[in-house]
Amino acid sequence: MAPKVEAKNIFKIFGDDPKSAQAMLQEGRTKDEIFEETGLTVGVQDASFAVNEGEIFVIMGLSGSGKSTLVRMINGLINPTSGEMLIDGTDIANCSAQQLREIRRTKVAMVFQHFALFPHKTVGENVAYGLKIKGVGAAERRERAQAALEQVGLKAHADSYPDELSGGMQQRVGLARGLASEPQILLMDEPFSALDPLIRRDMQEELIELQRSMKKTIIFITHDLNEALTLGDRIAIMHNGAIVQIGTAEEIVDKPADDYVAAFTKDIDRSRVFTAQSVLGSAEALELSRDTAASAIARMEELNRDAIYVLDDGQVAGAVTYRDLTASVRDNGAKLSEALVTDFPSAKGTTPLHELYPLCESGLPIAIVGRKGRLEGIVEPQAVLAKVASDTDEAA
Amino acid sequence: MRPSDILTIPLDDWINSFVRDWLVPNFRPFFRSLQWPITQVLNALDALLNATPMIVVTAILALIAWRTAGRAVAIFTLIALVFIDMIGQWPETMTTLSMVVTAVLFCTVIGVPLGIIAAGSDRFQAVLRPILDIMQTIPSFVYLVPIVMLFGVGMVPGIIATIIFALPPIIRLTNLGIRNVRHDLIEAANAFGSTRWQTLWEVQLPLAMRTIMAGLNQTLMLALSMVVIAALIGAGGLGLTVYTGLGRLDVGNATAGGLGIVLIAIILDRITQALGEPKQMRRTSLLQTLKSFFTPATPAGETSERAG
Repeated sequence: MAPKVEAKNIFKIFGDDPKSAQAMLQEGRTKDEIFEETGLTVGVQDASFAVNEGEIFVIMGLSGSGKSTLVRMINGLINPTSGEMLIDGTDIANCSAQQLREIRRTKVAMVFQHFALFPHKTVGENVAYGLKIKGVGAAERRERAQAALEQVGLKAHADSYPDELSGGMQQRVGLARGLASEPQILLMDEPFSALDPLIRRDMQEELIELQRSMKKTIIFITHDLNEALTLGDRIAIMHNGAIVQIGTAEEIVDKPADDYVAAFTKDIDRSRVFTAQSVLGSAEALELSRDTAASAIARMEELNRDAIYVLDDGQVAGAVTYRDLTASVRDNGAKLSEALVTDFPSAKGTTPLHELYPLCESGLPIAIVGRKGRLEGIVEPQAVLAKVASDTDEAA
Repeated sequence: MRPSDILTIPLDDWINSFVRDWLVPNFRPFFRSLQWPITQVLNALDALLNATPMIVVTAILALIAWRTAGRAVAIFTLIALVFIDMIGQWPETMTTLSMVVTAVLFCTVIGVPLGIIAAGSDRFQAVLRPILDIMQTIPSFVYLVPIVMLFGVGMVPGIIATIIFALPPIIRLTNLGIRNVRHDLIEAANAFGSTRWQTLWEVQLPLAMRTIMAGLNQTLMLALSMVVIAALIGAGGLGLTVYTGLGRLDVGNATAGGLGIVLIAIILDRITQALGEPKQMRRTSLLQTLKSFFTPATPAGETSERAG
């Protein structure tokens, strides 16, 4: 499948003589050197990425990293110095004003950091703005604006003015305005940065919830790595105008491309990034109908384990421990089913590690159960700790 | 030893010959034709105001004042207009009013578009700014003579002088108002695919309206201050009353005319200032507010339900 949005070698240099700066970049000079020598500001250098349909692509960087410039080149608010920006194969950087307007009206909508709501229009009129621009009639406009407002839970506020709403509500209006024209692509320029931490949290969850039903292609800008890791299907990290790494949350935290990214990810709560999948141990198990206590003990000794899961007709029936079995064999010659612990800890492969902590308490390995109760593997409590800690011991 | 011993510049002669020998003979018909729209508007307005009975004009102005600026200004308008009629200045006041309104109308028609262009182009602004400075600082007596040469004497040349004098504020403030519209709002308008006209009409002009109205108010006040000077080149109205009073040392008559100008100025000032206030758009009546307390299906009620 062709990517929905694709950037190819995008450069943006602010100033009168961008070509000279570009030549200097080619020679390997840094952004700061170029600014000192020529006074030209390198906004974005050689950015390439591809965003697939229906994914949340997060561009993360600190202020001045060029992320806002980059996102504005996706809908042509800023024209790149060189390079191609393709939306469904159409090059935004080199198309007519007419074409660009058409794409903005039908395909790409934007949500802004400081909401950018029109203060002289009501909430309903704000949401309907994109439709009005397209020439949609007043009645239909109103109806579709109402529908968009309902999606963000603000249906009752259509006749209020933006300054009568709280920050979080205003940004919901901004989101509704973006959604009202039913774009395929949503550009979100630090939409939650101006909000209180708690509200930001709510909005992130709500966005994930909305995205589950909308399946838009979302390009989300943020300076907050936690936000990036929470929302992003994939994340691009920018530094000094260049993209230094693109990858999933786990890839970024697990294998940072350079020291800059590593420095960022150092303070990250790794237990929220990694899932049970990342520490999955092999799914060796016994079959209730076939195995006996003796064969179970033999197997555990062979694998060097203290406990092992037992399957019954493909489903996880329970776990047996080495200690229980050896005791029961000594006592009364013994069946496997009697020593079975059915109250075993279990989780899904997508469960984040921090939710596994309480499950580690039982001392048993955690069963990772897939669809129809199938055992996908086990997670040893030590492995969870090792994964969460693996970066701190490097630092120490 | 002075520079003038070496070289004297006959600037006055040059300008005399430029205006008398070139501008006037070649362009007089052109300038005359410029008068046409102004004449039409002025005549229509003047006829209308003078034909309408005093009571009706007063009632309409008081109503406008009430709707825009509130009760106090309406009462003031009523008393002031009755007073003007009592001191025998009513017809002159109507003439002055039609002159001033005509001048302000043309200032708006010329000034707002110029201000919009200046807001969109730094180069145009750079050219425009010194011209506006000159228009605002040059004594109006200087251009009265060429105006008379090009346009003749009478009401319309008076209005043209008034337009020149009163035009700068509305251009400047339109420019300022549009430039001060928040950048991210323009960006938002563009991001949704607005054309330049749509951005201007939907976002820039409404948000600049307050500043533009302040410019209109300034322009109006300047136009009123030109009333007496315009009388020098044949414009009538209250300005003429003051001017003839001055010539005959008739203090009483001059004061009566002057008072008329002041009262009209106050009325128009209050009304145009009120037009620039933003509250206009969403004033809800007391009755509506009271009703909303007792109707269960108000937006506020719904939200609290949602929250609970």
